[in-house]
Amino acid sequence: MINIFKTSKSVALSMDSFFDKIDLSTLNFKKGVQNYLDGNSVEFIQNLNAITNLESEADTIQRKIENDFYLHSLMPNFASDILNLIENVDDIIDGEKDVLSQFDVETPHIPEAIKKDFAELVSFSAKSVENVIPAARIFFTEPDKAKDNIQKVLFYHRETDTLSTNIKRKIFQDFDDLKLSEKLHLRYFALHIEQVSNEAKNVAQQLSSLVIKIKM
Amino acid sequence: MFLFFISSGLFLGWTLGANDASNVFGSAVGSKMIRFKQAAIIASIFVVLGAVLQGAGGSHTLGKLGSVDALGGAFTVALAAGLSVFWMTKLKLPVSTSQAIVGAIIGWNFFSDNPTDINALIKIVTTWISGPILGGIFAVLLFLLLQFILKRSKTHLIKLDAYIKYALLIVGAFGSFSLGANNIANVVGVFIPSAPNIVLDFGFFTLDGVQLLFLGGGIAIAVGIITYSKKVMMTVGNSLMKLNAETAIIVVLAHSMVLFVFSSQSLSNLFVNIGLPPIPMVPVSSSQAIVGAIIGIGILKGGRNIQVKVIGKIAMGWLVTPIIAGLIAFFALFFMSNVFNLKVSESPSKFIKGDVIVDHNVTTDERTKIIENFDEEPKDTVTVDIYKPAVIIIVTLLILLILYQLFIISKLKEKGKIEEFQDSVDRYNAQQILLENELKTTINRNKKLENEISFKEKEQKKVALSIIRKKEILSKLKAEIEKLKLKPEETLKHSDLNTLKVLILDNLNLENERKSLDTYISDLNDKFFINLEKIYPGLSSNEKKLCSLLRLKLTSKEIASILNIDPKSVEVNRYRLRKKMGIKKNDNLTKIIRKL
Repeated sequence: MINIFKTSKSVALSMDSFFDKIDLSTLNFKKGVQNYLDGNSVEFIQNLNAITNLESEADTIQRKIENDFYLHSLMPNFASDILNLIENVDDIIDGEKDVLSQFDVETPHIPEAIKKDFAELVSFSAKSVENVIPAARIFFTEPDKAKDNIQKVLFYHRETDTLSTNIKRKIFQDFDDLKLSEKLHLRYFALHIEQVSNEAKNVAQQLSSLVIKIKM
Repeated sequence: MFLFFISSGLFLGWTLGANDASNVFGSAVGSKMIRFKQAAIIASIFVVLGAVLQGAGGSHTLGKLGSVDALGGAFTVALAAGLSVFWMTKLKLPVSTSQAIVGAIIGWNFFSDNPTDINALIKIVTTWISGPILGGIFAVLLFLLLQFILKRSKTHLIKLDAYIKYALLIVGAFGSFSLGANNIANVVGVFIPSAPNIVLDFGFFTLDGVQLLFLGGGIAIAVGIITYSKKVMMTVGNSLMKLNAETAIIVVLAHSMVLFVFSSQSLSNLFVNIGLPPIPMVPVSSSQAIVGAIIGIGILKGGRNIQVKVIGKIAMGWLVTPIIAGLIAFFALFFMSNVFNLKVSESPSKFIKGDVIVDHNVTTDERTKIIENFDEEPKDTVTVDIYKPAVIIIVTLLILLILYQLFIISKLKEKGKIEEFQDSVDRYNAQQILLENELKTTINRNKKLENEISFKEKEQKKVALSIIRKKEILSKLKAEIEKLKLKPEETLKHSDLNTLKVLILDNLNLENERKSLDTYISDLNDKFFINLEKIYPGLSSNEKKLCSLLRLKLTSKEIASILNIDPKSVEVNRYRLRKKMGIKKNDNLTKIIRKL
């Protein structure tokens, strides 16, 4: 029973560290896609390696948090919700790593005319994540304030969605010189980048319901 | 006899423990913040402490309501109250022991024709109203205070969870203390007039008859908590309103404060000292206090989560409990006095068979005098120095406990050994089954191999015989040609040539079959050749071939035919082979070769 203070402190620190990893991975994700678009392959590989390491570290922390929750029966009424939240946040970093990995493996040909749109898409998608992590952080100390960031996440998710649709439309309507396979390839990349923002939106929605639950 | 009569009070204590502990730890255990075991231990200890140290206050008021002056009456009254509470607990209704005992005492008053002290009754019933109201007020204030602190502190939810767990334990301990202090009057209050005038001197402290009564009652409550409160905790913990951990602390704390306020003589004295009216020492319904606290918070939160049906059910319990307890007490007293001739009252009752209604001169005030002065040591008190016996008893108990533990350990060891033995037997059996299966598999494999060998042997023989037959055909062919040679050319017929052609065609397959024989021999004798090489190194390939043919039990003539040599040559080869292998004259060459 005495250890519970020590454990709770350690879990709180682990959570902070976990969110730090997501923040860093988002920066690498944004930079990585930008480097790919600019043709900086060396820097791109560095970003990919960094995100791979961060993902692995985040997984380790996540397992430790889960273990502590179960072992010390922390927050028995909300344990499953909070662990789900952590799981969903982990999906973000997984998604970011997957996108960079797909760029590395599939090396899609992105026409110059659409590069700017892709850069913007990545920026919006990353912004969703950049807002959802502070929301998750603040939820644990001041649940009420999480709402402010949640609104921003939903806004950026909508923007990402719109931009992604525009890119897809552009690919299929304006680029006659591209083969259908190339068009489909590009469409999937727009979808993958958009997926990161979807994961952020999932976390935001879960946070909204958790705020209500915890206040009840 | 006293111990027998007090059993009903202890039963009432047990029902109180089973039922009211849920008010203290129900939310914490129901929400799984605290394990039931932890809650039960803490509640048991603090209930006993509260009962012994601060249990006197409430008993005055109950004594005023109706002083049950005969031990048999006290027994029946407590039994009636206990049965009512037990029954309602079975129905999973939060029920108050205070109402049950008040109902039962009024039942006794009716039965024994004693007037009920209306002032005392009003005082008690007022607490039925003021208790929950005060609980609600405390809860609201504490809730607002906690919210304020939490907002300011910005504590991490995980850390907050740890603080809450400790807070629930501390508040639970305080709640249990207050419960013991306040509600012990319900349990053994009716027995106070009959309490033995005895003081037990433990050396470090003394316990008088009333305190001993409180101690017994406290232990009974503790037993009730340990044995039966889990079920009620699980239902009450979540039924009225969904409580989160912080709210649970507030609710329990508010409830504990209400109970404490109505049982603390020191607090009452403090009030008097600062010029305020004294606080009445009244047994307050623990359930009412908790419900009041929950409703208070519910109202503060907008009243959305309160389940009105449950409140209605509880309110019904409040109304029904005293009535049921009163009726049960009345009929139980009637039964006891008429069937068992048990003296249930010092004053004769109009309901007692054959007795005449007597106006008794003793007033209620006089009767309750005993209660008023119970904490003053009576003049004829027997002081028993049980320091030495207590030490002896404790030491004996410790020794018995150690012996019991040793016995348990040895039993466990024995059990462990038996389990270990059983394990090894099981393992052995499993291994045996495994080995048997392996053996069966090996036997089957061997059989299969034997069948294969015998099949190949047969095939080999078949091929060998075919060679022999063909050798014969060739001899025939040779003889036929010799014959034809001797015939003059003009006498040669076409059929003669056909006969020859057939013979030649048969012969054409001879070489193939010889090759097939070689393959069969090498397949069949794969291991045999290895063994032969090991034991008799230096044998030539022809000698090895001879050995393999001898192994097939072929005669020299047959071997000669297969190898296309003269039978005499086979005999010579056999002789050389025997010599090379160093086989004595009397030994059978074929047998030795077959053994390989």
